[in-house]
Amino acid sequence: MALAKITSISGKAVYIPGDDIDTDRIIPARFMKCVTFDGLGEYMFYDVRFNEDGSEKAHPLNDPRFAKASILIADSNFGCGSSREHAPQAMYRYGIRAVIAESFAEIFYGNSITLGMPCISTGKEQIQEIAALIQEKPETELVIDLENERLNFGDKSIAISISPTAKDALVQGRWDPIVELLDADKEISATAAGLPYLAN
Amino acid sequence: MAEPKNLFEKVWEAHSVKTLQNGQTQLLIGTHLIHEVTSPQAFGMLRDLGLKVRFPGRTFATVDHIVPTDKRTEPFDDPLADAMIKELRKNCEEFGITYFDLHSGKQGIVHMVGPEQGITQPGTTIACGDSHTSTHGAFGAIAFGIGTSQVRDVLATQTIAMSKLKVRRINVSGELGPGVYAKDVILHIIRTLGVKGGLGYAYEYGGDVFDHMTMEERMTVCNMSIEGGARCGYINPDETTFEYLQGRPYAPKGEAWDEAKKRWQAIASDPGCHYDDVVNIHAEDIAPTVTWGINPGQAIFIDERVPSVERVPANEKAAVAEALEHMKLTPDAPIKSTPIDVAFFGSCTNGRLSDFVEAAKYLEGHKVRAGVKAIAVPGSQIVSQLCAEMGIDQVFKEAGFEWREAGCSMCLAMNPDKLIGDQLCASTSNRNFKGRQGSPNGRTVLMSPVMVVAAAITGEISDAREVFAVLGHGAVA
Repeated sequence: MALAKITSISGKAVYIPGDDIDTDRIIPARFMKCVTFDGLGEYMFYDVRFNEDGSEKAHPLNDPRFAKASILIADSNFGCGSSREHAPQAMYRYGIRAVIAESFAEIFYGNSITLGMPCISTGKEQIQEIAALIQEKPETELVIDLENERLNFGDKSIAISISPTAKDALVQGRWDPIVELLDADKEISATAAGLPYLAN
Repeated sequence: MAEPKNLFEKVWEAHSVKTLQNGQTQLLIGTHLIHEVTSPQAFGMLRDLGLKVRFPGRTFATVDHIVPTDKRTEPFDDPLADAMIKELRKNCEEFGITYFDLHSGKQGIVHMVGPEQGITQPGTTIACGDSHTSTHGAFGAIAFGIGTSQVRDVLATQTIAMSKLKVRRINVSGELGPGVYAKDVILHIIRTLGVKGGLGYAYEYGGDVFDHMTMEERMTVCNMSIEGGARCGYINPDETTFEYLQGRPYAPKGEAWDEAKKRWQAIASDPGCHYDDVVNIHAEDIAPTVTWGINPGQAIFIDERVPSVERVPANEKAAVAEALEHMKLTPDAPIKSTPIDVAFFGSCTNGRLSDFVEAAKYLEGHKVRAGVKAIAVPGSQIVSQLCAEMGIDQVFKEAGFEWREAGCSMCLAMNPDKLIGDQLCASTSNRNFKGRQGSPNGRTVLMSPVMVVAAAITGEISDAREVFAVLGHGAVA
């Protein structure tokens, strides 16, 4: 299972303001009544995008200027709450390929990396700068240089960060760990043999 | 003498398989719990890759999120829910996984079933595709929620890739006042440290208050660790832990029990061990706590006022404004006397036997206020059975609660139990996120079980200590 080496991501961006955006907000529980992740994309952020009668609310994701965004900009503690992988799956299927935020909740972070969707951190001021820029010029193309941990747009370049383990996984093309985990079968048996509670 | 270590470090080392190329640890997951919502896609991935379940005896399944709590016969009215329960049954049969199904008498919320069966044990690693897996930390296990791709990883290899957490010791010393419960303790901790305060940490809870708690109270605390941003939370195992486990179906027996107990005693954090951070809280400073906003950290004591945008620091203004708008609460007004529409009693936070027993002591002889919809949902079939044997269900029914069957129910509203419109719900559950209880405009106020009962009776958010004239532990005037 060869995976792509994800070294840079470029695209237009959309800013979804607010700290502590939880995974219930990203994908409300009622849309999780499914046995595959297919089709989740259309329900991403459903309740903040649509009224109960299905009509659209005023929301950046309903703004035609951001219709082609593939990079989501957010504030702090993005993806908190439920461990549901349905959240990053819905975002990926919608077309999001990277998230840039002040900080992320841990389970969401790991779930996203395993999909090959980087979660990138930068400062509060930088988030505000990017948000202001895309509000003014939605057509701006952002280029995330993962190897050098820079975000480039126009003639500007700002520092971004990603955990060393996630960076390695993405850049080296091993963001889905299943092959490496399977490879350690003998070591798994050895570790299990040392744990009495696994003997039964 | 060996360097003193905390429980987290000891369990982590015992379960480390190897260091992966990216620097993460390949961690063995001793016990894997699954349910119908986050596992079917993982089995699908397993089939796509042509893989088998590596240790079928170490995965245990039940059904909880989507099950109706009233009409339980299959097929369910909701075809999507029906497809999910069928899929779980099929996967368990095909891969040889133990399944506590609706007919077993042992079904319940996955975080109730593990402890009840004695599957949850000290010194183990436990993972489940559910963030409230932190509950099992009450037994001195390292237990955390995982995503569905990781459910696949555990099924295929019994391991996951994970980075080691730091450990924060949270001491709560002293004695809790009358009418102050485990739920208030954890809501206060989250309020104090913030909903992202625990990012990168495991929480180790210690001190007088946790030493004196029952296992069920400890589970309430550990359950909500994730609401404070900590992926797991635990309490060192002690005699209370061993007493709870002894004799349970999956607990070791005879000589194996004695050996296990020795191992469990040795796994507890050593005196003088290192913590990355230590927080000290005084029990006397904690009062009955309720949330006023849209995350569990937006909480106040029952006699405090709802914040206003003007009163909070600049960096909180936007969040407070958003929360106040959603909750339709008056800034600077007392939270007490806010009318409620619904009372929800249940969930993996507070759906255990002792929650119902304690609340029933106060509920007996009272009636739910006219116009309030009150539902009580035992967390498991075993709790339901025990409540029936003790007559607890009758107390709830006579008061005007609807008495339901076991499941997650209105905690996340994946089954037919939902708020309607902008109903305000006094809830024993764990999350007050926008839309969490099934209506996008629904409003949730988190509180302890006795506080929910008080709100159900008065029809408004109330101080249970006043409603029931609580004078001391368990005493009613």
